[in-house]
Amino acid sequence: MMMNRNLKDTIVESLTGVSVLLIIFIIVSILAVTIAGGWPNLNWAFLSEFPRDGMTKGGIFPAIIGTAVMTIIMAVAAVPFGVITAIYLAEYANEKSWFAKTIRFAVKTLAVVPSIIFGLFGLGFFIGFVGKNIDGLLNGGELKWGQPNILWASLTMALLTLPVVIVAVEEAIRTIPREMREASLALGATKWQTIKKIVIPGSVSGILTGTILAVSRGAGEVAPILFTGAAYFLSDLPHSLSDQFMSLGYHIYIMSTQSSDVDATLPIQFATTLVLLLLTFSLNAIAVVLRYKIRKKEK
Amino acid sequence: MIKDLIRIKSKMQSPVKGIVTFNKKKFRFSDWFAEKVIKAVAFLSIAIVILIFIFVFREAFPIFKMDKTEAVTSELLVQESYGGTETENTNVKIKDNQLDNSNNNEAPGAKPSSTLLSKTWMPVSDNPRYGLLPLFLGTLKVTLIALLFAAPISILAAIYTSVFAKPRVREIVKPVIELLAGFPSVVIGFFALMVLATVFQNIFGYASRLNSFVGGIAMGLAAIPIIYTLTEDALTSVPRTYTEASLGLGASRRQTAFFVVLPAAVPGIFAAVVLGIGRIFGETMIALMATGNAAMVSINPFDSVRTLSATIGAEMAEVVFGDTHYSVLFFIGSLLFIFTFAMNALAEFYFKNRIIRHYQAKK
Repeated sequence: MMMNRNLKDTIVESLTGVSVLLIIFIIVSILAVTIAGGWPNLNWAFLSEFPRDGMTKGGIFPAIIGTAVMTIIMAVAAVPFGVITAIYLAEYANEKSWFAKTIRFAVKTLAVVPSIIFGLFGLGFFIGFVGKNIDGLLNGGELKWGQPNILWASLTMALLTLPVVIVAVEEAIRTIPREMREASLALGATKWQTIKKIVIPGSVSGILTGTILAVSRGAGEVAPILFTGAAYFLSDLPHSLSDQFMSLGYHIYIMSTQSSDVDATLPIQFATTLVLLLLTFSLNAIAVVLRYKIRKKEK
Repeated sequence: MIKDLIRIKSKMQSPVKGIVTFNKKKFRFSDWFAEKVIKAVAFLSIAIVILIFIFVFREAFPIFKMDKTEAVTSELLVQESYGGTETENTNVKIKDNQLDNSNNNEAPGAKPSSTLLSKTWMPVSDNPRYGLLPLFLGTLKVTLIALLFAAPISILAAIYTSVFAKPRVREIVKPVIELLAGFPSVVIGFFALMVLATVFQNIFGYASRLNSFVGGIAMGLAAIPIIYTLTEDALTSVPRTYTEASLGLGASRRQTAFFVVLPAAVPGIFAAVVLGIGRIFGETMIALMATGNAAMVSINPFDSVRTLSATIGAEMAEVVFGDTHYSVLFFIGSLLFIFTFAMNALAEFYFKNRIIRHYQAKK
C-alpha cells in the first residue's frame, strides 16, 4: 500500500512538473524561433529605412515610429485617467457602495472585452460619431476627422489599456503604509493634501509599472487599430493627428497573410516579429521587476 | 476608515474653535472639489462600458429594419495607400465590392436579417447570405480545442507552483509563465502560422495547413497565462489551516493537493476557466492568422474555420459604411460583447459569492 501511494505521489507530482516544463518549453521555442529567424536580418539599415520595391525590401522605420507615436498618445490619454480612477478606488471609494462596486465591475469588464470590440467601438464612436460631427461643424462636411487616423487609433487603444493602468496603480497605492497617511492627517493636512504629498509620490513606481505595462500591451495589440487608423504602406511618416500610421503588429499581420509573395518577405517578417517581441518582452521584464519590488515592500 | 479618523480628530479639536474652523473652511473647498473631480473621472470607466454598449448596438440595429431599399454610400471606409505590386489586386477587390452592392440594390432580395440563420456565409456576392451558423460552429470548435489544451496544462502547472514547488522555484517559475501574457497575440499567431502549422501537418498529415486545430492550440497559448494566474491565486487563497490539518493527519502532499486544496478552490478555478473562455472567444489576430478563415459547416478539427471575431477583423476594412454587411459585422460584434460581458459577470458574481460562502460556511 505504502509503495503504491508513494508511486502515485511521484507520478502525479511529476505530471504537474511536466506541465510547467511544457509551458516554459513553448515560451522558449517562440523566443528561439523568432530570434533564429529574425536576428540575421536585424541591422541598423532595417530599423532606419522605409520599405522598398513593393515592401519586399527595405526596413520598418515608419512602423517603428508609428507604433512609438501611437503608444505615446495612448499613454498620455490613459495614464492620468487610470491613476485618478485608481486613487478613487483606493482612497475614496466606500467598498460597500454601489458606485464603487459598479466602477470595479466596469474596470473588470473593460479588461475582458475582446480587443476587436474596441476596434468596432473606435469605428462607430470616434470615427463615425465624433469625427463625423467635428467635420460637419468645423470643415463644412469635408472628410478630415471622420476617417481612420492615428488619434482615433491611439484613443481606442487608450480605452483598452485603461484597466492595466488602474490595476497596477491601485496595487501600488495599497502598499503605502496606513501610518504615513495617519501621520499626514494628524499634522493637519487635508485628505487631498495627503494624497498629493504622500499617496502619489509613494506610488510613483506603481504608476511607472502601469504605464510600462500599458505601453507594452498597446504596442502589441493589432485588432483595435485594424480599422481605426493603421495603414498597410505609407510613403511618409504621419505629420498630424489626422494622418494614418504604420504599426509593427499590423505590419507583421499584413506581411505574413496578405503579401503578394509571402516567402520572399520571410526575413522581413521574422525580423519585424523579433523587434516587436524584444520591445514588449523587455518592457514586461522591467514591469515584472518593478512589481516584484513593490510586493517585497508590502511584506 | 480615514473618514472616521477625521471625525475623531475634529471632535478632539473642537475646544480650540477659532483657528481650526478657519483652517478647515479654507481647505474644505479644495478638498471637496478634488473629491468631486476624482469621482467624476472614476465614473468614466462606467461611461465607457455604457458607450461601448450603445455604439456597437447602434450600428448593428439597422439589419432588423433594413430591406431591399438600403442606402449605399459609395464612400470607402478605409482609404489606404498601397505600395508597389499590391495596387492592382486591391483595386480589383474594391471594384468587385461596389459591383456587388449595386447588384444588391437592383435585385429584390429577401431581408438580410432572414439569412442570418442560414448555413452559408457569403457576404460579398450577387445574392449575399449572412448565415452565422458556420461562424458559430467554427468559434465553438476552436474554443473547445483551445480549452481542452490550455485548461488542464494551466491548472496542473498552477498546482505545481502553489503546492509542490519550493518557494525559490516558485519565485522563478511564476513570473516566467506570466511573461507569456506579455507576448502580443500577433506574435503567437505568427508562431502558429510559421511553426505550429508545419509541425502539426508533418505529424498528423492532414490536408489544409491552417485549420481549427492549429488555431485552437495557438489560442490556448494565449489563454494559458490567464487560467494559470487565476487558478494559482485561487489555490494559494485556500486557508493554510486546511493544508496543515490534512498533512498533520498523515496525508501525502499529493493527496492534500487533490483532495483538500483543489476542491476548496473549485469556484476560483471555474472563474479562471470562464475568463479563459472569454479570452479565446474574442481572440482575433490568432484566429485571422492560423485558422484558415474558410466558413465551412464541419466538425472535423482539421478543417479550416472562420471564427466570429476573425470575420469582423477580416471584412470590416473592406466593407461600405452603413451597408448591410457593415451592420451584420457590428451585430456579430454585439454578440461577442454580450457573451464576454456575461462570462465576466458570471465569474465575478456567481463564482465569487460561492468562494466567499464556501469559506464562511467552513469557519
